Amino acid sequence: MSRMDTMMTSSAPASERVPASSRGPGLLRRSLGQSRMRIGLVLSAFIVLVAVLGPLLAPHGAGELVGAPYQAPSRGLPLGTDYLGEDVFSRVLLGGWTVLWMSLAATVLGVGAGTVVGLLAGYSRSALDDVLMRIMDVFLSFPVMVLVLLFISMIGSKGWVIVIVVGLAWMPQVARVVRGATVEVVSREYVQSAEALGAPRRQILAREVLPNIATPLMVEFGLRLTWSIGLIAAISFLGQGLQPPAADWGLMIKQNRQGLTLQPWGVVVPVLLIALFTVGTNLMTEGISRTVARVTPPEGTA
Amino acid sequence: MTHLVPDTEPGRAHVADGAGALETDLGLELNLAPGRRRHFWVLRRLAFGLLTLLAVSILVFFATQALPGDAARAILGHTATVERVALLRHELGLDRPLVVQYVSWLSHVATGRLGDSLVARVPVTELIGHRLVNSAVLVFLAAIIALPLSVIAGAVAGSRRDRAFDHGVVTATLGLTAVPEFVLGLILVILFSTTVFHVLPGVVLLAPGQNPLSHPRQLILPVTTLVLAVFPYLTRLVRGSVIDVYEAEYVRMARLKGVPERVVLRRHVLPNALVPAIQGAALTLAYLVGGIVVIEYLFNYPGLGSALTDAVSSRDLPVIQAIVLIFATAYIVFNLLGDLLTVYVTPRLRTAD
Repeated sequence: MSRMDTMMTSSAPASERVPASSRGPGLLRRSLGQSRMRIGLVLSAFIVLVAVLGPLLAPHGAGELVGAPYQAPSRGLPLGTDYLGEDVFSRVLLGGWTVLWMSLAATVLGVGAGTVVGLLAGYSRSALDDVLMRIMDVFLSFPVMVLVLLFISMIGSKGWVIVIVVGLAWMPQVARVVRGATVEVVSREYVQSAEALGAPRRQILAREVLPNIATPLMVEFGLRLTWSIGLIAAISFLGQGLQPPAADWGLMIKQNRQGLTLQPWGVVVPVLLIALFTVGTNLMTEGISRTVARVTPPEGTA
Repeated sequence: MTHLVPDTEPGRAHVADGAGALETDLGLELNLAPGRRRHFWVLRRLAFGLLTLLAVSILVFFATQALPGDAARAILGHTATVERVALLRHELGLDRPLVVQYVSWLSHVATGRLGDSLVARVPVTELIGHRLVNSAVLVFLAAIIALPLSVIAGAVAGSRRDRAFDHGVVTATLGLTAVPEFVLGLILVILFSTTVFHVLPGVVLLAPGQNPLSHPRQLILPVTTLVLAVFPYLTRLVRGSVIDVYEAEYVRMARLKGVPERVVLRRHVLPNALVPAIQGAALTLAYLVGGIVVIEYLFNYPGLGSALTDAVSSRDLPVIQAIVLIFATAYIVFNLLGDLLTVYVTPRLRTAD
């Protein structure tokens, strides 16, 4: 989650204009040559399948009582019951969807907003750069979880609020990475020749700059997605996210951990699924960034 | 300078990232005029830290005071009449202009008057004083284990690149980076406390004011979780930086001259590779401060993090304000320390003085 958020960013040294084969779909295809990419893809695909198809397959609904609390697994209840007597198996199948859509939405929002701010700052060549980045610095002065809790305590804990808050928490960090990459690209010849030809800034940003920072952006997206999953699950775990009877893996862990000694499955299964999901997305991110590193060898030495 | 090779591997981070304006400041100021300018730079960096803190206080104030949730309403509850709320708003000074409120709030905070908790009805300082100490103990214990462990593991892995130990470290950090810390903590609890083995306490049970060090066994799992959570970052940073230094010209030259491997490592590689580790260590501390929020809640540890979670649940505004400010201050101070120490140990600057 907030893990090392401000710290572990990576940017590909796109020292030259990136060849078309090494960005976008081409890059993804090449990265499949890496075993970590393939393992990550399988893990993530498995979790996404559970999250998407689970709600269609769940035998019982959220909030539906099927027996006494904390019953051990039995025929018909393969993972037993939870703290209220709901079917753990059904709640596992139901509870991935919120984790999936909320973390994806927060990542899209955070990376999108951060990219806009970073592009503007990196290409402004004016005081706007300083103003924007100093504002970002203020938001970077909080641990992400603290920032998120501060806003949740003021605005509430509805699903979309959490998506926005988590997205905004990533924005400054993405903005910093994008600004760095943009400053570098903007100083290149082809951007300057486009400027000399009188191309409007908007067009230069869209046609020259954006495609050339696409690879660091993809890596950034992967990192933020991994941390969004963890952060959003942690918010539910703290009881500050979705509220019962919603089925959500983070919330399930919170609800059932008092009975961990009686009936572990209500905690163990969501814990494992969240762990597999984050490991999967992280392995994919690593696979992509390693492939980038091979396409464009790092420049310079320390 | 502390710059690493720009790298696409997430674990091998840019040192400067997350360090405020340092990136540009360091680069420009120090490259142009090392030496005398250093003191000027330090002052600027301190001033920048203070300014950031001021901006943080503005953000905290407006987030908690100016948004719809009103303290008077929070105190009196939803059943109170409009007149009573208006009266209390007047008593609390909430009907004054926001800027006036902010200035008076800031002067109170600066002099340690943090107000009363809306829930416990006692001064916030009384409520969070011993929790601040408890949290500091937790962060300190995790740091004195995690920092040396990461530096050693990273240095050994980096100097034995692509050998078994290195592969082990890289694989372990890959997994640990991804998994959220509360999930790590729960896996430890399931393994060692509740389900698989029953060898360690899975919760911390402390009477108010009791010293957490009086029950060291209870601290094992929370501290281990924090150590595992921060281990990957610094380890990979040190590993990457050791690898980079090994590839540098002067190290190749030393090896060509026939300097023994041990001496190369001790005299050339480590001193240079550890400069980025200073900032990495400072960021690790800053990160630990954020990590305790969830870990304290998980292990029922009576610190600032669990107090923040409670205060958010009960919308206890003065407590939220105080704790968020403490967290932000710690974050800013650790970042500042990292920057300053880096400047002081960078050899080029030392010789230029």
